[in-house]
Amino acid sequence: MATDLTVAPPVAATEKLPDRKKKQRPRWLAHIVLILGALLMLYPLLWMLSSSFKFTEDIFSQTGLIPERVTTENYPDGWTALPRDFGHYIWNSLVIVVGSIIGNLLACSAAAYAFARLDFRFKKFWFAVMLGTMMLPIHVVIVPQYILFAELDWINTYWPLIVPKLLATDGFFIFLMVQFIRGIPLELDEAARIDGCGHFAIFWRIVIPLSVPALATTAIFTFIWTWNDFFSQLIFLTDPEMYTVPVALRTFVDATSQTPWGPVFAMSIVALAPVFGFFLAGQRYLVRGIATTGLK
Amino acid sequence: MSSTLDVPPRERSHGEAPGGASRAASRARRRRSGRLAPYLFLAPWFAGLLFITAGPIAASAYLSFTDYSLIGAPEWIGLDNFQRMFDDPRFYQSLKVTFIYVVVSVPVQLAFALFLAMILDRGLRGLALYRSVYYLPSLIGGSVAIAILWRQIFGSDGLLNQVLRFVGFENPPGWVSDPDYALGTLIILNVWTFGAPMVIFLAGLRQIPTMYYEAASLDGAGKVRQFVQVTLPLLSPIIFFNLVLQTINAFQTFTQAFIVSGGTGGPADSTLFYTLYLYQRGFGNFDMGYASALAWFLLLIVGGLTAINFIAAKYWVFYGD
Repeated sequence: MATDLTVAPPVAATEKLPDRKKKQRPRWLAHIVLILGALLMLYPLLWMLSSSFKFTEDIFSQTGLIPERVTTENYPDGWTALPRDFGHYIWNSLVIVVGSIIGNLLACSAAAYAFARLDFRFKKFWFAVMLGTMMLPIHVVIVPQYILFAELDWINTYWPLIVPKLLATDGFFIFLMVQFIRGIPLELDEAARIDGCGHFAIFWRIVIPLSVPALATTAIFTFIWTWNDFFSQLIFLTDPEMYTVPVALRTFVDATSQTPWGPVFAMSIVALAPVFGFFLAGQRYLVRGIATTGLK
Repeated sequence: MSSTLDVPPRERSHGEAPGGASRAASRARRRRSGRLAPYLFLAPWFAGLLFITAGPIAASAYLSFTDYSLIGAPEWIGLDNFQRMFDDPRFYQSLKVTFIYVVVSVPVQLAFALFLAMILDRGLRGLALYRSVYYLPSLIGGSVAIAILWRQIFGSDGLLNQVLRFVGFENPPGWVSDPDYALGTLIILNVWTFGAPMVIFLAGLRQIPTMYYEAASLDGAGKVRQFVQVTLPLLSPIIFFNLVLQTINAFQTFTQAFIVSGGTGGPADSTLFYTLYLYQRGFGNFDMGYASALAWFLLLIVGGLTAINFIAAKYWVFYGD
C-alpha cells in the first residue's frame, strides 16, 4: 500500500522547461488575480508585523498596515514578560533544532544509502515499513514514548526530542535522500570500489559530497519543522525552565487574564523570523524537496 | 567514452598473478563486510523502529487493554477502554469535528491549490515570486504564532470584526467564541496553507507534454474540454498524492485547535479535535490506557481512509501510457 506512493510524485527539477506557447487571455488579468490573491494571503502577516509596532489599545481599532502611533516598546516588553527572558526559550529551541538537524543528516543519510545502494535480505519489506512510518501519526506512539522516556528520566530534558532524530525516525528525509542517491551515477561507486574504497568510504567520500542539495533540503525542513513543532515539546517539556519558543508563546495567551497583544505579536514575529530567514535563503531546496516528497 | 573502455580491466586480468591469494582474502573480507554493511548503515533506523515507532505501536496496543496512570503497573481490563470509548459522547464529538474538518478543508484546499497552479502554469513573469508568496503560509500555518494571530483576527473585537463593523455589520459574531463558527476559522486556516499542494501541482502540470493540448485544440476542444479531458486525467496521480497526504495531515491537526481554544477544544467542544481529546485524556488526566485505545482507533481510521483512497484511486487515477 505504502510503496505505491513512490509512483505518485514523478516531479523534480522541472523549473527550466520552456514556456508553453498557448493561446492565452491577456496576461494582465492573471497578474491582477495573482496580486490580489497574494495580498489577501499576506495581509494577516503584514498586519501582525505592523501591529507589533502599535500600542496594544490601538491594535483593536486600526485595521490598516501603517501604525498611527509607532512604538518599539512591545519588543523589550514581550522579551521580558515571561519568568525567563525570551532568549532563554530561543536557546532551548536552538539546542533541540541543532541536535535534530545533526541527527537527521547523519542517521537518515546512512539509512538512505543502505536502501539506495546496498543489498540485504527483505530490503523491499523494510523499505515498505519505512514508507509506512512516514504516514504514522505521532499521536499513535506518543503515549508509549512518554512512558519510555519517563522510565529513562528524560522528561524535561532535550533527549526525547533529539534522540528520535538520531535514530532516523523521520522517514520523509530517508525517502528524499533515497530518491536523490538513486540519481547519482553508479559508475562513481564502482570507480571508487576499484580504487579500494569500502562502503563507508564510498558513502562518506562519494555519496555525501554529491548529496549536498538533498542534505540542505533535509537541514532546512528539519529546522523549520522542529522550530515550529508544538505537540511533542508541549508533552515532553513541562518545566518552565525547559520551555521552547512555541511552548513559551503559548503561555502568553494561556492565562485567563487579558492578553497583552502588542508584546505577544512582537514575540510572535521573533518566533517566525528565523523561519522566514531560512525560507528566503533556501527556497530552491525547499521547492525541490516539496516537489519530490510532498513535504509541507 | 571509448578511451576509458580501452584501459584493460586490471583486476580481472591479473587475478591469478602472484599475490592473488592475499587479494582473494581481501576480497572475501570485503564481501563479509559487504554483508554486514547494510545493517551497520541501518542500525540507527532499526533502533528507531524498535524504540520510537513500531515498538511503541505494539506497546500502545497492549496498553489499550489496560488501566494505567503512570503510577504502579498497568492493570489488564480487557475491552473496557473500547467499551467506554463507544459510550463516550466526547469521543463521538471529537470524531465529528475531525471528520467535518477533513472533509471540508482538504477538498477546498486542493481546489485552491489546483486553481492557482493552473494560473501560474501559463509561464507568467514573476512565477518564482508568486510561488514563494503563496507557499509561505504552508511553512508557518501549523505554528503557535499563527494560531495566536488567528485567535486575534477572529476574536469578537478582532481584525475581521473591525472590518465588518466598518462596512456596516452591526453585530458580527465572535467567531472563535461561537460554537457555530469556531471550527470554520480553523478550516480557513487550513485552506490558507494551500501553497504546498500548489507547488506539487505546478511541478505536475509542467510534466504534461504540450502536444496533448495542441492535439486537443486541433480537434476543436475548448479550454474547459482540455481541462477535463487532458489536464485532469494526466494530473490525477498528483491529485491523488496530494489528497492522501493532505488527508493524513488534516487528521493530525492539533496546535491550531489547542491554541485557538486555549487547550479546551471549546467553545462547547466545537473544536475538540481527535488529537486534542487524546491529549486531554492522556496528558491531562493521565489516563494512558484510554489514550492508547484512542490512539489505536486513530491509526485504524487513518489506515482505513488511506486504504479507501488507494482502492478508489483504481477508478479515477490514470497512470499514463
